[in-house]
Amino acid sequence: MTNPSDVVLSVRDVTVEYAGTPPVRAVRGVSFDLARGEVLGIAGESGCGKSTLAYAVTRLLRPPGRLVGGSVTFTPPDGGDPIDVNALAGEELRLFRWHRIAMVFQGAMNALNPVLSVRRQLSDVFTAHEPGMGRRQREERCRQLLDLVGIAPNRLSSYPHELSGGMRQRVMIAMAMALRPDVVVMDEPTTALDVVVQRDILEEIDRLREMFGFAVVFITHDLSLLLEISDQLAIMYGGRIVETGRARDIHAAPHHPYTVGLLNSFPSLRGERQRLHGIPGNPPDLAHPPAHCAFTARCPYAFAQCHEIDPPLAPVRSGDGPGTLTACLQYDRTLRPAGPDEALVQGRFDLDRLGTSA
Amino acid sequence: MNGTTPTRWRWLLRNRKLTVGLAIVGFFVLVAIVGPLLIDDPDRITNDALVAPSATHWLGTTNTGQDVFTQLIASTRGSMTIGAVVGLLATVVSVVIGVAGGFVAGRTDEALSLFSNVFLVLPTLPLVILITDYVDAGGVLIVGLVIALTSWAGSARVLRAQTLSLRRRDYVDAARVSGEPAWRIIVFEILPNLLPIIAAQFVFAVIGGILTQAALAFLGLGGANSWGTMLYFALSGQALSLGAWWWFVPPGLCIAVLGAGLSLINFSIDELINPRLRLARHDRRARKRERWAAGEGGAA
Amino acid sequence: MRYLRRKILFYLVAVWAAVTLNFLIPRLIKGDPVAVMLAKTQGAAPVPPEARRALELQFGVSDDPLWVQYLGYLNNLLHGNLGLSVSFYPTPVTTVIRQALPWTIILVGVATIIAVGIGLALGMLAGWKRGTWLDNLIPATTFLAAMPYFWLALVLLFLLGQVLHLVPLNGGYDYSTEIGWNGPFLRSAIYHALLPALTIVVSSIAAWMLGMRNMMVSTMAEDYVTTAEAKGLRPRRIMVSYAARNAVLPSVAGFAITLGFVVSGSIATEIVFSYPGIGTSLVQAVSNADYALMQGIFLVISLSVLGANFIVDLLYALIDPRTRQAA
Repeated sequence: MTNPSDVVLSVRDVTVEYAGTPPVRAVRGVSFDLARGEVLGIAGESGCGKSTLAYAVTRLLRPPGRLVGGSVTFTPPDGGDPIDVNALAGEELRLFRWHRIAMVFQGAMNALNPVLSVRRQLSDVFTAHEPGMGRRQREERCRQLLDLVGIAPNRLSSYPHELSGGMRQRVMIAMAMALRPDVVVMDEPTTALDVVVQRDILEEIDRLREMFGFAVVFITHDLSLLLEISDQLAIMYGGRIVETGRARDIHAAPHHPYTVGLLNSFPSLRGERQRLHGIPGNPPDLAHPPAHCAFTARCPYAFAQCHEIDPPLAPVRSGDGPGTLTACLQYDRTLRPAGPDEALVQGRFDLDRLGTSA
Repeated sequence: MNGTTPTRWRWLLRNRKLTVGLAIVGFFVLVAIVGPLLIDDPDRITNDALVAPSATHWLGTTNTGQDVFTQLIASTRGSMTIGAVVGLLATVVSVVIGVAGGFVAGRTDEALSLFSNVFLVLPTLPLVILITDYVDAGGVLIVGLVIALTSWAGSARVLRAQTLSLRRRDYVDAARVSGEPAWRIIVFEILPNLLPIIAAQFVFAVIGGILTQAALAFLGLGGANSWGTMLYFALSGQALSLGAWWWFVPPGLCIAVLGAGLSLINFSIDELINPRLRLARHDRRARKRERWAAGEGGAA
Repeated sequence: MRYLRRKILFYLVAVWAAVTLNFLIPRLIKGDPVAVMLAKTQGAAPVPPEARRALELQFGVSDDPLWVQYLGYLNNLLHGNLGLSVSFYPTPVTTVIRQALPWTIILVGVATIIAVGIGLALGMLAGWKRGTWLDNLIPATTFLAAMPYFWLALVLLFLLGQVLHLVPLNGGYDYSTEIGWNGPFLRSAIYHALLPALTIVVSSIAAWMLGMRNMMVSTMAEDYVTTAEAKGLRPRRIMVSYAARNAVLPSVAGFAITLGFVVSGSIATEIVFSYPGIGTSLVQAVSNADYALMQGIFLVISLSVLGANFIVDLLYALIDPRTRQAA
């Protein structure tokens, strides 16, 4: 794993519940470490809990959502004591926000306030965090921010509806840069955009990251995109991380059947032709999560014990140094002395076998 | 949407606002139907003028010795009838105009919404006063008709907007492509989905009808024995300066309580349509434990 | 400014509709309104023949085709001629209205501004702090909203005027003062307006509060409010500039409906207080069968309401930048 001293954000066993009858556990015991300056990609279908996880980490959960367990620790990269994010409250929490962890939300149309000008929305950050700053200086900083993302400073007077989707997303990114945060959480930042604009935005993020050295938690359903831009990767399914490791390792050798399925669902950005198909079936009902592995019902490789055991995240091969972790019984040597299914190892999501396991 | 329907209903039945609202309205409906059969002639004049509430006269008497309680029961029927008439007529007009506009779209829609918007900005009561005075309206039906004809516009606008959004849904498109006639699409695909909104608009029109007629009667127009008529006689009979509070308090209280009951029903319909407005009980407790907005606790 | 053009066009149509309705209503009804009117006023001052002639013209008791009458009516209107009042004969209707209108406009205007301000502020707070005592008060406000204005006026007048002697029992000012810009008159006018204004505020506040509260709740689930929170803005700033600024838009757009209720309510309220406003004049006109005055008042009320709505629509353009978009 990464050198512990380099970790800026450490998430341990975070569990989130949405109140209701019965309550829905949208995130179930998720842990990860985010290293300084790295990109951690979190992928999964909609409803897998990835956005909820982002809200939990940034303390933005709202009723009926509630953090019921786990810890989030932020370690300032510039030295200083680790901060227990869950313990922050009031002014402390307010000042921590955006200064340490900024966010870029999905669908920039709604993430910007439709009735305030870009200027107001950018300078709001400075008024809130640097009350001593004068009006002129704020204006100057706002101009610099727009300039940073390649938008003409005269756009400061524009309102969100006057900007294109790509421009709105750039404004959002510029806003996230305002206080030079150590971590930026990006929740589907490119989803609503067309492919060309998407590309521009990704390049922009990459450039800014090199400039300022912030770490990124990048959340999307688009695994092929994540494979390109991430250092580390976490695949979420049913509120859990089912596979995590270095992005290039997972790309080269996906282990969890769900990861394999996802990889088969997307065309590669490099244009390699392969047979495409989605994963049949629906994500589990988290109001009544199964006691066994949540993916069993959709897994072509499920065997008897998969209907009984809920496997923990474990190294695929023990004693191998920093490798991929996965939560799948296929890699349990005691249950499968012969090793995982051959087709799985080859990275095939064998649709034909789906009917038989049910 | 189908998946949530049973939970919606279960939620509706457990809703306290709805229960209280229905109980209040049910009570008044019962009084309006049965009440007049059980009482004496409400206009009977006695020598007990302006008597305060007592065992013989539960709500006292008027300046001509009429029993206020008896009058209240008799007036309940008048006011409730007006409410029902206005509610029905205004709802029918607004559904026809709103749904037609939203469904047909184009020129017709523009003309209809211009028409509704003009009616919306014209002040209702002066218009009703003008018309009722010219037609010399005394009957419940005529007054109800006049009020309905001046108060449908707001609902029509709401229904038009909703129809417009329903029209763009897939299943409506599917029905259209499969060649279903317009009236079938409206009756089977659109109206059922508009039902909660139509119900809310109906309830709203009932409140409006009762209030407008009360004002009208209070001004000495639009006869019909109603709560407003009682208030008219109370004011002209100097109830205020004679200190006869029992004469003018009960009718207004009835209007307010019935109106509140109807509004409570509307609240639950609103919450049914827009689940964001609901607040589960356990949330409330959870909320006290951890406040999500920074520094919120201190600001309270 | 496409929005502005559309709005101006719309209000022109609405004004035309009000004017035409005013012309048509007496004509659509069978019978001779002038005869009815004169019959009703029999016993009062005798109406001279020339007045009868003028009334007949005004109410379409004429052999001219309808369109000629309509043009004549419009022509009169353009010259500010609304005919003569029968009950105040021979005072022109315009004079009667001019005396009554300021009372109502100031009373209703001030009360509405206060009600809107307080109602929106309370609605904002109730939506912001869901489930707190203020929010739990919401169902109770339906009771306020459902109270007839004039009944609340009666009850308040009875309690505060008759029992406690805190406020005057009727009228718009102290008759011993002289109407004009002088201290004693203004003081007495404000004193007399307190209770009518309170009535209007209390009865109309709930509608504003409820609408605003529900929109606040919906708006607070929007992404831009979450963004504002993530940005570490102060809660008050999030509440006002992010949530409320957006939540208030439907309330402003729905102003017309709410104002309609206030105007209707205030007519009846004026009667309770014998307030010298346009509502009292209207009811007097009705009971005296003074049709010219009635119609004049209807027209003036309609035009005032249209004017108020137009102003609010302009205001809407100021607070919602999306309406300012060029065509």
